[in-house]
Amino acid sequence: MLLLGPVNVLNDLLLRFFSQETINFFIWPLIQIGLVVTLVALWVAYATYLERKISAFMQARLGPMRVGPWGLLQPIADGLKLLTKEDFIPEKADRWIFFFAPYIAVASAFIVFSVVPFGPDWAVIADVNIGLLLVLAVSSVGVLALILAGWSSNSKYALLGGLRSSAQMVSYEVAMGLSLIGALMFARTLSLSGIVGAQGSDSIWFILYQPAGFMLFLISGIAENNRAPFDLPEAESELVAGFHTEYSGMRWSLFFMAEYAAMVVVSAVAATVYLGGWYFPFVYRLETAGYHNLYVIVSLLVFLVKVSIILYIYFWLRWTLPRFRYDQLMDIGWKWLIPSALINIALSAIAIFLVQALNGYRGMRTIESLDRGLNLTATGKGIMIVIGFAGVFIIAALLARINWRSRDFNLKTQRRNIRLVNLPKGKPAVSVSEV
Amino acid sequence: MHQVEIATTQETLLDSPEMVLNMGPQHPSTHGVLRVVLRLDGETVIDLDCDIGYLHRGMEKIAENRMYTMIAPYWDRLDYIAAVSNGLVWVETVEQMMGLAVPPRAHYLRTILTEFNRIASHLLWLATHALDIGAITVLLWALREREEILKIFERQFGARLTCHAWRVGGMPNDAYDDFEKDVRQFANNFPKRLDEYETVLSENRIWLSRTVGIGVISAADAIAIGLSGPSLRGSGVPWDVRKSRPYAAYADVDFDVPLGENGDTYDRYLVRLEEMRQSRRIILQALENLPDGPVNAKLPKVVKPPVGDYYHSIEGPKGEIGCYLVSDGTAQPYRVRVRPPSFINLQALKQMCVGHLVADVVAIIGTLDIVLGEIDR
Repeated sequence: MLLLGPVNVLNDLLLRFFSQETINFFIWPLIQIGLVVTLVALWVAYATYLERKISAFMQARLGPMRVGPWGLLQPIADGLKLLTKEDFIPEKADRWIFFFAPYIAVASAFIVFSVVPFGPDWAVIADVNIGLLLVLAVSSVGVLALILAGWSSNSKYALLGGLRSSAQMVSYEVAMGLSLIGALMFARTLSLSGIVGAQGSDSIWFILYQPAGFMLFLISGIAENNRAPFDLPEAESELVAGFHTEYSGMRWSLFFMAEYAAMVVVSAVAATVYLGGWYFPFVYRLETAGYHNLYVIVSLLVFLVKVSIILYIYFWLRWTLPRFRYDQLMDIGWKWLIPSALINIALSAIAIFLVQALNGYRGMRTIESLDRGLNLTATGKGIMIVIGFAGVFIIAALLARINWRSRDFNLKTQRRNIRLVNLPKGKPAVSVSEV
Repeated sequence: MHQVEIATTQETLLDSPEMVLNMGPQHPSTHGVLRVVLRLDGETVIDLDCDIGYLHRGMEKIAENRMYTMIAPYWDRLDYIAAVSNGLVWVETVEQMMGLAVPPRAHYLRTILTEFNRIASHLLWLATHALDIGAITVLLWALREREEILKIFERQFGARLTCHAWRVGGMPNDAYDDFEKDVRQFANNFPKRLDEYETVLSENRIWLSRTVGIGVISAADAIAIGLSGPSLRGSGVPWDVRKSRPYAAYADVDFDVPLGENGDTYDRYLVRLEEMRQSRRIILQALENLPDGPVNAKLPKVVKPPVGDYYHSIEGPKGEIGCYLVSDGTAQPYRVRVRPPSFINLQALKQMCVGHLVADVVAIIGTLDIVLGEIDR
């Protein structure tokens, strides 16, 4: 309660000007939004710092070290630099579209944060009952920004980047949505808080039920965010900088921020849906001991750590893997991810059916209750987890069967290896012995 | 600037409008100032044309106005990635025209140091090729090893990149004191590092799908175009100047030549990696048998090759780098002509690229391992 002291003072102050209703429905959400936007912006800035440090660690170098201790102030220096740079609009560009595209990108990435449950109680900004749908819908608006930016720049590289991004994001959105359905079958709600609650009341993370779903979501999420190895829209070595080739200064940094914010969003959704959100074993004891706000803050930190772990996977992949080619990317989306997601849905349905059918069979109890999601007993969870992990192999085997004819399936064995030959020596151009 | 002409009457898929994309000269992956004009159907390359000359410095003309010994540093600027190899072709041509007997120690040191240069050049190729395909980390790993070689160059020649390594008749200096120690240290560490790169790339599915079957050129086509070096051997043609016409001390060392089987980008990648291993083998052998003695032959006050013409070539990292020299008996050459491997290898670009996607063009430019300093001269 100690932490809420200043909040109450502020509330009293505001009551002089507004009614309590206005404060509850308008002023407080505004403050929350401001706080979240600031924090997310800071988070995004430091995600760039982390990325640079992690990549440096992988590449046997130091990374930013000059600005502040260990380069900790580097993101702020970068931001200031970008703010003061010239905001250049090419002469032949479509001015207004060029002007607005970065804002669409940033807005669509930031809006999603409104439904992400950062923690219990007051750490949720908006608990929308179709939260997950909203996440998918709003983040797909982001593609519009890329297309508009690519089109309005009046540059061929930007145009190619925009074309690639639209095709890529549209096809990976399908896989992304489908991969989430498995988890939704267990949660039986679209509200993100509800999904966290379902995992909490069941004391299990959905990644155990849905390992394949998690992997599919992560892969399609990475592709959705245009991150390496799927960073084709901005493929530096081919398209210079892809859709944002012509952008500079603050407008470029908005795209940059949107990219990182979108990454954080996908990580946050993955953490919420598959890693139990802000739940962590034993943290609940703080609540029962009466430290409510401390409980919320610790939960919030737990959530941040989970998101950071997924972000680390992003960085890790980016600095390890080469880039896919455009047609290969499409192949992966349509021939691998979407069928995998469909098989995953079928397997999840079978698993749920099996658990329900086995309940009561020879005295076996698999279902505890059905009132909030699907509450399973230890046996039920065991069955689910076994089917979940077996599902990874089943999906892999089925897809290998489907795709074994495709060119890229097993490139190494299709070809002859190079050979080493000790060629005969010809007449020397220079005779060493005659010296 | 010459007008780039590309054919405009070809059927495109779905009658979609073609797009002419001007790639370069300012582009991150054209390895300098190469300008490639691509005609695209969507992202598929229908036709392309290269525009070169942005780095033309008139090297061959400059050489006509310099004394024979003064030309060597210019040759470093041809292929600045492999300055040591380029320097060697010049001094050896002059030496052979004059019939100079270079001491064996100089020959051995030349062998060691040019092989080092081959490794350095191939490492830079690996770094940029991997970067073009999107594997960024390999770039910094490969440059880390290249740095060790450049340190040896710096201690030996006093410069890292354009070393002016050789003099007509031998070398400016004998090997420095810790030379053997440094070389052995590098040779000990290097195989581990190469294996590291292979773990990141060779078995990587993305790397395979980006390189296997990309930019295929048959042995017959490769010979017809005049490819040389790893680009030729990647197609399986057994040709290596070090073997067929040994220079320096290559007649005395034992090494294998890797030959590709499929002539694609992945084969050229494997060939170059294996060449680095063989280079290490050559270096260790030459170091083992390094004879004692002087490193410089006795030279006349003014170098004046006899009247006549002469062609000599060596196996540079990029391919056969040759030098055709016409002497009129004065202290300056009458005409010099370089056979630039990059320039001739680049001619295969169109044949390799047509039908592939834009992303492959970048990979193919990378696999040809061109240096614009040498193409434009």
